[in-house]
Amino acid sequence: MRLVQGNEAVALAAVHAGCNFYSGYPITPATEIMEMMARQMPKTGGVFIQMEDEIGSIAAAIGAAWGGAKAMTATSGPGFSLMQENIGYACMTQTPVVVVDSQRGGPSTGLPTLPAQGEVMQARYGTHGDHEVIVLTASSVVEAYRMTVEAFNLSETYRVPAILLLDAVLSHMRENVEFPDVPVRERAKPVIDEHFLPFGPDAPFVPFGSGHHTVVTGMSHDETGLPKALAGQAVQRILMGVAERMRRDAREITFYHEISLDDADIVLLTYGITARAAREAVELLRQDGVKAGLLDLQTLWPFPDWLVKEKTAHAKAILVPELNLGQYVMPVRATLEGRCPVEALGRMDGELFTPEALVEAAKRLASSVEIGGVAHD
Amino acid sequence: MTKPGVDLTPYLRQEMMPTVWCPGCGHGIIARGIATALMNLGVDMDQLAVVGGIGCSGRAPFYFDANSMHTTHGRALAYATGLKMVNPNLTVIVPMGDGDSAAIGGNHLIHAARRNIDITAIIFNNSIYGMTGGQSAPTSPLESHSTTTPMGSIEPAFDMVELALAAGATYVARTTTFDFQEMPKLIEGAIRHHGFSVVEVLSQCPTYYGRLNKLGEAPDMLLYERDRTKLLEAFGPPPEITREEMVGQLPIGLFRNEERPEYIDQYHGLVARAGGGK
Repeated sequence: MRLVQGNEAVALAAVHAGCNFYSGYPITPATEIMEMMARQMPKTGGVFIQMEDEIGSIAAAIGAAWGGAKAMTATSGPGFSLMQENIGYACMTQTPVVVVDSQRGGPSTGLPTLPAQGEVMQARYGTHGDHEVIVLTASSVVEAYRMTVEAFNLSETYRVPAILLLDAVLSHMRENVEFPDVPVRERAKPVIDEHFLPFGPDAPFVPFGSGHHTVVTGMSHDETGLPKALAGQAVQRILMGVAERMRRDAREITFYHEISLDDADIVLLTYGITARAAREAVELLRQDGVKAGLLDLQTLWPFPDWLVKEKTAHAKAILVPELNLGQYVMPVRATLEGRCPVEALGRMDGELFTPEALVEAAKRLASSVEIGGVAHD
Repeated sequence: MTKPGVDLTPYLRQEMMPTVWCPGCGHGIIARGIATALMNLGVDMDQLAVVGGIGCSGRAPFYFDANSMHTTHGRALAYATGLKMVNPNLTVIVPMGDGDSAAIGGNHLIHAARRNIDITAIIFNNSIYGMTGGQSAPTSPLESHSTTTPMGSIEPAFDMVELALAAGATYVARTTTFDFQEMPKLIEGAIRHHGFSVVEVLSQCPTYYGRLNKLGEAPDMLLYERDRTKLLEAFGPPPEITREEMVGQLPIGLFRNEERPEYIDQYHGLVARAGGGK
């Protein structure tokens, strides 16, 4: 057991996952990840570079991936906005890269030292053009460690950028942890011949210098990488294939926790730091005779619609508390298509929800759907 | 340049021919200059990465039969920095356009120069944005015409050589598509140089710059390049030079070729001190 900060856990997990390239630009509340990597990378023979801005940081990370590295960058809201164009480049070029975004209050400079969950949609849709990405989040230091390793693993498996969403509280809080031994997906060194298609279905990621003269372009291209005629159809085929493979493996790549969902009338659906108050809220609600349960997601995207349906099949109402004005509640609502009320509970004042606030909102929701045994107050 | 009959096709990606470049465009001459330099140096194409940005010059990576990367606008040097640091065995060449080098990507250019990372940047300077149809660039001379400066530009142009020198590039040269004898030699020197190299090549865009500025066809523009430049003797043009005043004023040649600690060497020294050597 040792006392570890959230950001520190991310850096240690990255090293465990085989990260050997870090590029970044200082920004609160993510800076400690960079400071840790500045110490860790030279010690492990990896590369650390402080770039001139966040655009350069993500660009260098993608370039490093094509040089053969497992690459990561970390930032917060303003930097994450700057990275969006090149995150799309990683999607289009099927480049494995890990981007950590420690969310702080926004928009703009906002509340640099206070938590938010304002980038849940930006992480999914922030870059222009449609695409599929992996977005993970965490609510504790040990989970931040685990999800960082999984971000590397999933990024390797599906050749997509993997985004890890933290927040200012998780980044800076310290917990006593015993790090779990999370298995690491090693990059295969495939034998390639003249028929190798660098962007073919399930094609391994083969970096530069392998002997195959790969063309990597952000333009629409076919499986050869070349932007030839009918590239529109080709890139649709390629990127839909990526999404299809993720859907196929949905059960393996969807990480979540649940509490008391079997008989729950009211389901609290949370992610990230908000889960901590929700766990206690469920306990308090049960003590008050409200059958409450918790579905706490670590995999936010691809959206686990199957899981949300499964786990809320008997629920009478769902409460989605978020540190924003109501983002993730939208796909939840769309998935359940009016089957039961889905209530948003949002705030963006830099404060966390207290368990009591969640209890109150859950009771209000329970009474509105006329669930028996609820104490009205 | 290459003698007649010299076959450069092994260096070029045949399936991407013909190029997208307009008839008369100077960029093909620069690509030929690069291919000639590669041939003369015997560069292993398996270990060559050509990393470009967006615009007419950004298409250059497609045309070399090597590891080719066509990145986002202005960011090629940042991509190349990550690539080169992870795999220093690669020879990394970055073709850059006016926008890539002097506008949207200017920040990456000065920082690559400051670090002195062993990358060769080749600026394809045709004084205009060609791919988007002839808009003004930071390299467009004062009073020059474009679709966004229909009454003449009121902005002075960046002198890319002065910029590269000030930012700390350790090999800096300027040449033109007219000077096709010298160009491959300057590019060869840049590739051979251990540090950050900038070679600015003045190129002609008859389709837009030539037409909008009444400079005639491509051959006329090559003669214009000849006439507006002079081989380096006295150093440096005046900063607010106009198109008319430019005649015979713009120095070309090798401006700097000096040794300074290279960035990746410095980083490897740091790794050794940290005990992380493999």
